[in-house]
Amino acid sequence: MKLLTHNMLTSNIIKGVTKGFPLVINPSRVEVQEVDFNPDFITRVLPKLDFTALKQAATQVGHADKLPEALPETADFGEDLQKTLHHVLLQVEVLEGELVCPETGRKFPISNGIPNMLLNEDEVS
Amino acid sequence: MAGDKSLFSTPTVRHATSRDYDDVYEPAEDSFLMLDALEQELDVLRSMKPTVCVEVGCGSGVCITFLARLLGPQAFCLCTDINPKAADFARRTGRENNVLIHPVLCDLCGAVEYRLQGQVDVLLFNPPYVVTPSSEVSSGGIEASWAGGVKGREVTDRLLPRVGRLLSPRGVFYLIVLRENVVEEIETAMKHQGFTMTTVITRKAGREHLSVVKFHRVR
Repeated sequence: MKLLTHNMLTSNIIKGVTKGFPLVINPSRVEVQEVDFNPDFITRVLPKLDFTALKQAATQVGHADKLPEALPETADFGEDLQKTLHHVLLQVEVLEGELVCPETGRKFPISNGIPNMLLNEDEVS
Repeated sequence: MAGDKSLFSTPTVRHATSRDYDDVYEPAEDSFLMLDALEQELDVLRSMKPTVCVEVGCGSGVCITFLARLLGPQAFCLCTDINPKAADFARRTGRENNVLIHPVLCDLCGAVEYRLQGQVDVLLFNPPYVVTPSSEVSSGGIEASWAGGVKGREVTDRLLPRVGRLLSPRGVFYLIVLRENVVEEIETAMKHQGFTMTTVITRKAGREHLSVVKFHRVR
């Protein structure tokens, strides 16, 4: 699971959960995988991100050191920041661990890099 | 052109073992029809420069892998499945074909639909479309890949009401339908959400009359 994917996941599929975002990451195995840097992609995907959630997730998996507290207001980020975002969004892979619903504490396993957001029938909203 | 040939070739699933197909739907005529539809739509898809693409119920992952390859690294390609073995197979398909796809295990698009509302530029769905008794529509395992219940539409009909919320203003939705699915009813349901339907491609595969239909907002 890339942190880009994590940024799109919510647990409000659970009955009674209103927001379910961001999910807490408890990583047990994190890997860095080489992905070609594509500045256009970063520019296009940024408006779709919740940066606070990304920063929190990056901290939880131990890759937040170069990430600023907030994104600059300007559209032009410079290559260093773009590369940092590329690394955090696409190169950091959570292979094993769990995601935790911020409202209920319900745990969702991550196995082989795939988050398992399946619910039991009695949990479905 | 050599480059185009590999661009349009069916993604390899050479990582599959024969046992994988006990649990995961093996790419078949319906999957290949979706690939052909996407190939046919290449110019349209590229000109809209999609950023977010989602395939619901990706199974082996060949369709989202094919799309990811067509669009290149400019697109974020996420896929879902309800079957853990399918999601893992899709992950391997992406890796084997050197494209980045992002599998998530969930029912339809449940875990991502809140964050991706209004963001999805390309949505793909090859649903379980076979007409079966309702009791056979399953919540996991290989039956989930084909058993469609009444009119073969029980799963499709659960996704349709969510399409309008998911798609970006210019977003498109490609859906596989079987003649028995009564596509006119699907067209009507989508029309109420402001979408117009066109047929991209139709083919008779054995006893199945299959089509890929496309929905986009009326402008």
